[in-house]
Amino acid sequence: MDLSVAIGSLRLRNPLMAASGCFGYGVEYADAVDLASIGAVVSKGLFVKERSGHPPQRIVETPSGMLNAIGLQGIGVHRYIKEKLPELRRLGATNVINICGSTLDEYVELARILSDAEGVHALELNISCPNIKEGGITFGCSLHGTFDVVAAVKKVTHLPVIPKLTPNVTDVASIAKAAEEAGADAVSLVNTFLAMAIDVETRRPKLSNIVGGLSGPAIRPIAVRMVYECRRAVKIPIIGMGGIATATDALEFIIAGATAVQVGTANFVDPFIWSKLLDGMGDYLRRHGVARVADLVGSIDTSTRDKQWISS
Amino acid sequence: MPVDVEARVISNTRLSPDYNVIALAAPEIADAAAPGQFVMVKPGRGGDPLLRRPFSVFEVLRVNGRVEGLTLLSKRIGITTSMLFDAVEGDTVSCLGPLGKPFELVDPPAQAWMVAGGVGLAPFATLGEALAARGTPTTLFYGARSGKELFYLDWFASRGITLKLATEDGTHGDRGRITVPLERELQQAGSADVTVYACGPEPMLEAVAHLAERHGRPSQVSVERVMGCGMGGCYSCVIPVKDAGGGQHYVRSCIGGPVFKGAELVWD
Repeated sequence: MDLSVAIGSLRLRNPLMAASGCFGYGVEYADAVDLASIGAVVSKGLFVKERSGHPPQRIVETPSGMLNAIGLQGIGVHRYIKEKLPELRRLGATNVINICGSTLDEYVELARILSDAEGVHALELNISCPNIKEGGITFGCSLHGTFDVVAAVKKVTHLPVIPKLTPNVTDVASIAKAAEEAGADAVSLVNTFLAMAIDVETRRPKLSNIVGGLSGPAIRPIAVRMVYECRRAVKIPIIGMGGIATATDALEFIIAGATAVQVGTANFVDPFIWSKLLDGMGDYLRRHGVARVADLVGSIDTSTRDKQWISS
Repeated sequence: MPVDVEARVISNTRLSPDYNVIALAAPEIADAAAPGQFVMVKPGRGGDPLLRRPFSVFEVLRVNGRVEGLTLLSKRIGITTSMLFDAVEGDTVSCLGPLGKPFELVDPPAQAWMVAGGVGLAPFATLGEALAARGTPTTLFYGARSGKELFYLDWFASRGITLKLATEDGTHGDRGRITVPLERELQQAGSADVTVYACGPEPMLEAVAHLAERHGRPSQVSVERVMGCGMGGCYSCVIPVKDAGGGQHYVRSCIGGPVFKGAELVWD
């Protein structure tokens, strides 16, 4: 049974990735989880410089989900390389670095810096954070912006480049297509859905930032649909995410067309989720006589069927 | 290293219409927990509530010297605390821990003054026991809205811990906030070596930290911020901490706390 998958030139030992912003810098979980057992660890979003993020309150729970407006608090790329990367290398993690810029030049600078760092395996371009005003999502919300940032980063790095797409657009498949045309090695989707919650007793927003991004099981069916639409629009690999909490959820994304998946909110609930997801996927492959998880990618069957008598 | 235990509910004691003490069979966690550490708890398996909630370890339960589990002191406010209030023996509650930085203990002749507001009593049972075991003279300052919401007084007294009480309605101890007896005692403390420990609502923690500072005593406060994961993953539970350079930066209270030195926090 083969759980490995390929994202461009990047080979993952299995299709599970820890989603950016949901796993700290990875080292926080090293006591609880063998980082080498996860397909890849995606770092918390990094700018060139340190950022303090938004004031609390930064999260609020909603039905089957949560809103967050962390504001990309972070240590900046230089401290990351100095303080976190050596430990991640030692632990055998496959490191995908999520990079954020206020300008196109900042993405390019980050890509240059990280391309020279030992132990970086791919770059995920954050062009989809809904919680900060500057940069980021302004690229991800337009075809030209997406094309330009991907093309510019591709010029300066040998690493696989994976733009992370926002669902807060009319047609995510067209954005994926722009990314592919610019040379992206894969796309990851979806980032969170822009949302808000209000305390009716005080009439105040529950988040200090007023609006935030919705994640968790509540968004899963929308995210699956968006992965399915992108699968039909592009040939490059898709990394799917949005509310995955069980092996069945992960397989749903893979069958819809994702080559790999990211897990975010569910890791908050259960930091030991990774081995459970792997076991569940292995059971599925055995039960269905499928040798390689890669064979399931995009295997959705939408043909019309004759009625079948299914004995239970 | 934290562990996740599907803990059976051993018992659930309602102390009032809002407060309960729930006993959970999580001996691995109870045995490893140091005073001030917490667990992330999720009753039920569904999506509502989705996230775990943080609770201080209240008591470590021992039967014939063997650790059987732990208890949580809970006040019914939201979904999770309502579920914990309604839980019955034999239910299971998912319990992840122990997590966070514990209190630093002091040895005699230094004194320990523990200051609790309402459900902020929770970390002081294990802290009080640990201090008593070292022979550290320990006082519990404990404030609540009313005398009906002061719990476990005999429990603390029987462990040799001195009680100083305050209620907002004046039904027990001083009338007013717990800072009333605390300030009085600090004024009379002379040159005694006192460390102040506090847990409760943040305005109380701020007032206690300032009182301690004004009287030249160190304080350790246990904060409670809205927390997503308890493991340092989500960056939601941050609290501003003073920089050496005079500025401030956000520290995750789950792994940088929940216990902080009162003097290092910026009260926002």
